[in-house]
Amino acid sequence: MPAIINLLFSIHFVHGHGCGDLQAVRQGALKVSKNNDEPIVKIRSLRFAHGTRVIFDGVDIDIPRGKITAIMGPSGTGKTTLLKLIGGQLQPNAGSVVVDGEDVNKVSRDALFRLRKRMSLLFQTGALFTDLTVFENVAFPLREHTRLPESILRDLVLMKLQAVGLRGARDLLPAELSGGMARRVALARAIALDPMMIMYDEPFTGQDPITVGVIMQLIRMLNDTLGLTSIIVSHDVHELTMICDHMYMISGGKVMGHGTPDDMAHSESGWVRQFMSGLPDGPVPFHYPAPDYADDLLAGA
Amino acid sequence: MMGWLQRLGSTSLSVFERLGRGNLFLLRILAALPSLVLRPGLVIAQLYSVGVLSMTLIVISGLNVGMVLGLQGYNTLVDFGSEESLGQLVALSLVRELGPVVAALLFAGRAGSALTAEIGLMKATEQLSGMEMMAVDPLKRVVAPRFIAGIISMPLLAAMFSAVGVLGGFFVGVGLLGVDSGAFWSQMQSKVDLYDDILNGVIKSIVFGCVAAWIAVFEGYDAVPNTEGVSRATTRTVVHTAFAVLGLDFILTALMFGDE
Ligand SMILES: Nc1ncnc2c1ncn2[C@@H]1O[C@H](COP(=O)(O)OP(=O)(O)OP(=O)(O)O)[C@@H](O)[C@H]1O
Ligand SMILES: [Mg+2]
Repeated sequence: MPAIINLLFSIHFVHGHGCGDLQAVRQGALKVSKNNDEPIVKIRSLRFAHGTRVIFDGVDIDIPRGKITAIMGPSGTGKTTLLKLIGGQLQPNAGSVVVDGEDVNKVSRDALFRLRKRMSLLFQTGALFTDLTVFENVAFPLREHTRLPESILRDLVLMKLQAVGLRGARDLLPAELSGGMARRVALARAIALDPMMIMYDEPFTGQDPITVGVIMQLIRMLNDTLGLTSIIVSHDVHELTMICDHMYMISGGKVMGHGTPDDMAHSESGWVRQFMSGLPDGPVPFHYPAPDYADDLLAGA
Repeated sequence: MMGWLQRLGSTSLSVFERLGRGNLFLLRILAALPSLVLRPGLVIAQLYSVGVLSMTLIVISGLNVGMVLGLQGYNTLVDFGSEESLGQLVALSLVRELGPVVAALLFAGRAGSALTAEIGLMKATEQLSGMEMMAVDPLKRVVAPRFIAGIISMPLLAAMFSAVGVLGGFFVGVGLLGVDSGAFWSQMQSKVDLYDDILNGVIKSIVFGCVAAWIAVFEGYDAVPNTEGVSRATTRTVVHTAFAVLGLDFILTALMFGDE
């Protein structure tokens, strides 16, 4: 697996040369992995509303350290919102979000930025910088947070691009990439600083089956070799059961169930079983909240 | 009647709320400025896209305005037989008024709207959120360099507008209409004062530059993050800058030249 070899090389390489800044970032990740019992993210009685629409209504979630945790739920339940709450980009109306011992809504802005250097979020939309090439997009966090010599920076970026199979696309602009390629560049950028925790918002969407396989392996491998923590938001139940250690299902502002993939597959809850097997009929709501269908149609008459 | 009052109330509330947000935003930009000392490259890149790329428009417009001034000024002055004052008329009009004001209006249309659209689209496509999640402050990385580049470019563009305008007036007055070349320049030299005229014009253009750059980056940063929101923000940048510049111009002119 060439990608794996390259990443291992990258780890060895960085340690071997003792590049101060990057190593400090890395040590953060290593220090974390020693203390394995405490969950890395602790969410307690979280309430959040977009205007009047309540997205979370008393949610408790623990993300275990060093594991891959999947967050699943119907479209529009607030999975992306959850990741933004963890990243401190949105403020909850009540409850707390504690990441690595720090409450993201109570710490100072500087502390929050320091915390964010150790976590990264792969946006659902990619969020690449449209005025920078693929290479510069991946180099961006390195340039902003480290002072590596250009030659080492170049090698690091090429390794990350190699891991997602896009080393040859380094000079393209985001507008010249397909949706799936853009997402893989975003993935390479998300792992550029080797953070302690990576949140992937729908990493498999828009990828062909082979790429899905490669990305799954990449996520697993990053997780295990670097001792980091991964959170994956996705609808691909089949893929997720293959790589994740723990699953959370959320819907209607509540946690509907959680456990290992095995637990979930044999869950008592009709809700979880329906979602896991993708059946159209059952307790899972498919519709955005709306007045009664018949009433709505008749109201126009 | 009640509905009308209610609308008036809510509109004025939202206007004041925006003004407040705009002021807070300005303070945050000012706080972010010192960090730019370490990253001059960011400002230089923006000076190019904000300043250098506006030069063509400024030069062509300046030339035209100067030529028109030459023509109109000559027609009036010739009735009093004082057409050799043409140099003074052209230079004073440009340096005191038209240079700063017209350059600022053109600047809002060319560079200001582009700044707003760029920042607004970066917001709409989550590039600003992405930056924040990478622990990079978009205010320092994106907004502050553009703001500073606007402030630096505006006085230079206004000066360029005036200089080219004087040349335009010279071409028409001396070249086409036969005003004496020596009189044109010497009148200008003796009647245009370095402090009263040129310095005041420069101060005006700096003030307009600050206002235009502030409005442009604020509108972009505050835009509703979708296609329609960005297009509205871009329009607002041009309209609000025009109002602000013309309003301020009256106030500044009254303060500077009012007691002559
Ligand atoms: N800025 C916003 N203002 C108001 N409501 C919003 C906003 N952003 C999201 N929402 C609402 O919040 C809910 C959750 O959105 P979110 O993007 O978190 O869903 P999701 O679970 O990630 O869905 P998907 O799987 O389709 O990506 C949606 O119902 C949406 O209507
Ligand atoms: Mg989503």
